[in-house]
Amino acid sequence: MKKIFPIFAALTALLLAYGFYQAMWVAPTERTMGDVQRIFYYHVPSAWTAFCLFFTNLIASIVYLIRKNPKADALAVASAEVGVVFCTIVLVTGPIWARPVWGIWWTWDVRLTTTLVLWLIYVSYLVLRRFSDTAQTPVLAAVLAIFGALDVPLVYFSIWFFRTQHPQPVMGNGGSLDPRMLHAFLINLLAFSCFGAVVCWWRYGLEREQREVEELEALESLHGVSR
Amino acid sequence: MSLRSITLATLTKDIRLEWRSRDAINSMLFFSLLVVVIFSFSFDPNAEESREIAGGLIWVAFLFAAIVALNQTWARELRNQVLDAYRVSPAPANALFLAKAVGNFILVTLLEAVMAPLFMVFYNLRALGAAWQLLAIAILGTWALVVNGTFFAAMSLRTRSREIMLPLLLFPISIPAVQSMVEATRIILSGDGSARFWVVLLLTYDVVFTTACLGLFKTILQAE
Repeated sequence: MKKIFPIFAALTALLLAYGFYQAMWVAPTERTMGDVQRIFYYHVPSAWTAFCLFFTNLIASIVYLIRKNPKADALAVASAEVGVVFCTIVLVTGPIWARPVWGIWWTWDVRLTTTLVLWLIYVSYLVLRRFSDTAQTPVLAAVLAIFGALDVPLVYFSIWFFRTQHPQPVMGNGGSLDPRMLHAFLINLLAFSCFGAVVCWWRYGLEREQREVEELEALESLHGVSR
Repeated sequence: MSLRSITLATLTKDIRLEWRSRDAINSMLFFSLLVVVIFSFSFDPNAEESREIAGGLIWVAFLFAAIVALNQTWARELRNQVLDAYRVSPAPANALFLAKAVGNFILVTLLEAVMAPLFMVFYNLRALGAAWQLLAIAILGTWALVVNGTFFAAMSLRTRSREIMLPLLLFPISIPAVQSMVEATRIILSGDGSARFWVVLLLTYDVVFTTACLGLFKTILQAE
């Protein structure tokens, strides 16, 4: 696995560069929104990546609760942290796009609010991990992840009851999207997914190494005491 | 011993302790009184405006006050290693959880019964919709706050600075519940439309999270 990582990382970098080129130069300018629409090639892929990472976190948490496998917990930490970063990108690029297009920075719409609440839940998840330093932190964190996952559909329905302002997904219905735009979007979607996977993978390795070091230090101090 | 008798025994013990000290209920009452007065100063609304905003103010005040009760739920059991004794005893973990949750529910309901009339006085409230529905919302809403609050209080027991940890964990998860309570209360007070959607959502929230808490409490209790 360790040998594949640099190749994967290099491929991701290439993809990101190609995606940037596609989004900035090749894709045509949108007629009504103008150049600001290009943020779409970053906003939506980041959202997709963040949701994938949070989903990974949920699965890893459930696996940890059942199997008590420390690898699953390390994956849960990594995916939650990287997911929060991508979710932050979504929440920052959203208002930048909304202000010129809708005339407002923020609105309490279904997807915005659900994303914000998801972000809040995962920030509280990271705070819990930081503030709790017993050996049982993984269990508590995994339980919180499950509670968060139960909460998200309820948040969605509670906001859905108000009328939504967010643009409906344009893919699939009618082909109003220029094929070059679609191409740039798909490239960026792939690039960001790989980017998220690379960072998460890296963070996972780091977490595993850190735990090994901690274990070694604990063992050494035990030996020191017995001598 | 059955789940019911252990739950009842723990609940009576907690209520008796609270009755003798009255620590939690007094501090909650005074705290929410302060919140009412401060809100009243800072907004000073007319009758029409208060119908619109009172739902939010009432529930935010109760949410903050409930944190006071929830934070001291488990503190008592930490002294003299009561929780450790409970862990090794064959008593079902859920009996302990239910007793604590019901105890908190009674405390917060008492608080609401005292504070709701005060709110009516300070904000000149008169419900234009069906006022009896407020009772259903109060019961469902209080349970929604208390069941997760009791659970997260148990979770934050082992963290550093656990007093601050509880709201940090509880508030994000409670957002849909608080929104339902606030919206339903607003609709009933101002009398426009039906609060049915919000009551159903609140009920769903209660069922989902009560099940989750009962399913996962044992894991939390044993985790130390």
